[in-house]
Amino acid sequence: MAAMLQSVRVASASFHLPDPSKLPVFSVCTLPVIRSERSSSLDPIHGTRRTRKVITKAVAAPAENSATAASKPGHELLLFEALREGLEEEMDRDPRVCVVGEDVGHYGGSYKVTKGLAQKFGDLRVLDTPIAENSFTGMAIGAAMTGLRPVVEGMNMGFLLLAFNQISDNCGMLHYTSGGQFTIPTVIRGPGGVGRQLGAEHSQRLESYFQSIPGIQMVACSTPYNAKGLMKAAIRSENPVVLFEHVLLYNLKERIPDEEYVLSLEEAEMVRPGEHVTILTYSRMRYHVMQAAKTLVNKGYDPEVIDIRSLKPFDLYTIGNSVKKTHRVLIVEECMRTGGIGASLTAAINENFHDYLDAPIVCLSSQDVPTPYAGTLEEWTVVQPAQIVAAVEQLCQ
Amino acid sequence: MAQLTQRAATFQRTLSAAAFSVSSTRCLNTASTSPITVETSLPFTGHKIDPPSRSVETTPQELLSFFRDMALMRRMEIAADSLYKAKLIRGFCHLYDGQEAVAVGMEAAITKKDCIITAYRDHCIFLGRGGTLLEAFAELMGRKDGCSKGKGGSMHFYKKEGGFYGGHGIVGAQVPLGCGLAFAQKYSKDENVTFAMYGDGAANQGQLFEALNMAALWDLPAILVCENNHYGMGTAEWRAAKSPAYYKRGDYVPGLKVDGMDALAVKQACKFAKEYALKNGPIILEMDTYRYHGHSMSDPGSTYRTRDEISGIRQERDPIERIRKLILSHDLATEKELKDTEKEVRKEVDEAIAQAKESPLPDPSELFTNVYVKGLGVEAFGADRKELRAVLP
Repeated sequence: MAAMLQSVRVASASFHLPDPSKLPVFSVCTLPVIRSERSSSLDPIHGTRRTRKVITKAVAAPAENSATAASKPGHELLLFEALREGLEEEMDRDPRVCVVGEDVGHYGGSYKVTKGLAQKFGDLRVLDTPIAENSFTGMAIGAAMTGLRPVVEGMNMGFLLLAFNQISDNCGMLHYTSGGQFTIPTVIRGPGGVGRQLGAEHSQRLESYFQSIPGIQMVACSTPYNAKGLMKAAIRSENPVVLFEHVLLYNLKERIPDEEYVLSLEEAEMVRPGEHVTILTYSRMRYHVMQAAKTLVNKGYDPEVIDIRSLKPFDLYTIGNSVKKTHRVLIVEECMRTGGIGASLTAAINENFHDYLDAPIVCLSSQDVPTPYAGTLEEWTVVQPAQIVAAVEQLCQ
Repeated sequence: MAQLTQRAATFQRTLSAAAFSVSSTRCLNTASTSPITVETSLPFTGHKIDPPSRSVETTPQELLSFFRDMALMRRMEIAADSLYKAKLIRGFCHLYDGQEAVAVGMEAAITKKDCIITAYRDHCIFLGRGGTLLEAFAELMGRKDGCSKGKGGSMHFYKKEGGFYGGHGIVGAQVPLGCGLAFAQKYSKDENVTFAMYGDGAANQGQLFEALNMAALWDLPAILVCENNHYGMGTAEWRAAKSPAYYKRGDYVPGLKVDGMDALAVKQACKFAKEYALKNGPIILEMDTYRYHGHSMSDPGSTYRTRDEISGIRQERDPIERIRKLILSHDLATEKELKDTEKEVRKEVDEAIAQAKESPLPDPSELFTNVYVKGLGVEAFGADRKELRAVLP
């Protein structure tokens, strides 16, 4: 296995296999990538499927591990700072990376993700646009056609509905309709999801609308560690990537490594290994699930929590292995019940792993209503930890 | 004086005809590059800018190449018409005959490093940018040898090496893309411009004005070219736009109205616009042109305009006839030579069609290629990573 891996990664001569007991440490030769051994299902050079063992190494770095693990202690920061760090590193590395969006430059970004970048890189590389989502998204895509790598910020993901035509037709489909002549290496990012009483139009979950667009990849970040890694991976990807952030997660604090790392765009994250039930979630709901998990553990259950991270395509390898182990699936998502990510995931798991399921898949989603302003109503729209606990108890009967 | 030159010319012509028969291609190669000055048919009208002069510098070689290129484009579009009626081309087919002068005049003023992006009436612009007839016909017929491997169709012709960025089906969506191309040109500091073309129908799209605002704000080298053929599908311009003076609609952005049926006027305007845009930012060019066919092959083109109008324009303003008259009046070639050129062109088009018909249809596996860029392990799997196998009849 090691030999196979080493023969594949020809470029990095001194690649150390990660030690299961501590965080991956590697000597930087070329592009260092932290990923578990089962990162992509296809051997990148030979195109054949590799068989591999499941080694759950893509663990969210809890605070206690990092202090003991790395040779250098990491540094603590908030999620929006992690995004900024990733963006800044990529902009330093490649002069073609630029940022386009409303108030990203002088103002520093409405969620401070691009703070200080305009002063460092100039007004053309961190471009303040007028309020014209349709056309500045189109402009970014046109620039990408010539080789630039723009990062488009939607001040709120919901505003990008105005740019839907550009994202669907020109971003997603242009590589196909031009017969492969043009690649569109854009990153479209922004905060979405239900916040604190922001109202219906500012609490939208666009992942359900974008999921059918062929040609784009979608990822959702949930911790500072994966936010920075996914941001870097998205910028380096030749495909258009939509990076979903969440309004309420920007101030999460975590200790992340000092060394450079890039995460795989198609990999799910094992948050908490378990035996009884597989709980699949992403973005903010991960925290509701972990809260419910505490209660569940006290009640004697052992849930396995997976943050799916990759919304398109799904990491059915990780998910499948988990299903084969626990035989019960609960999906907890923030999308609406109709046509959300949960709906697609339910169909995918049913189709592929039907034989391994002991019970029907339960999918907890938000209600099919516009998000109300009133605080209590808004709480009832989204899935709460108590509902998750109840669902697990029912599932595990 | 004119009579004298004419008589001398007739004498010369009879001599040369008697001496040897000149093939039109040889004529093209040996045509001189000595400058001729021609006056455009109409003066330019400027909006917030001084229009360029009516006198255009050209050469015999250029005029002959104009004639040949426009004849080729015209022939290609007519052939596409027959192919569509023979059901070899399906779906939507938007033909450009009548508007050839815009494509040809623009090419004469710019280089392949400048970018052109247009909407769905893109066959002739594709040819102008270096596309071959085989690529065009094969793409129209959905064959593997097409410029987009048969997967794009009539509305999605692209040629990256030629600086041709398509080929877009949604009206107006290409204008922000064009401003993005100009942004990238400014970003990389290469001294090139982008011509973002759209029609009189698209001129009412909001994203056009959004893009224009940004282009003007950041002084992007974008030239917005409105090919005004006076009909947005079935709706005449006066029924769709409160102000059909499209060159004035940029407000703070200067504009120029050009006779789009005169290739030399188009060339002059584009040259002028390129110089302007490199220094000062965006400019709008309105090309007053006309399409003989309907909006697309599904539109007869006669329900919203009279046949007299169409034949009138064909008689008075046809771009190929104009160049023909110019060539004949300056004695650059004989009638027979021009007719021979047309015959050659016809033969070329027929050969290309025959070759394109031989080209195979794309392989079923092509359904899944180019959805994503390879290298990430994502080769058009569905969300559940299962490859969808379609059983094709």
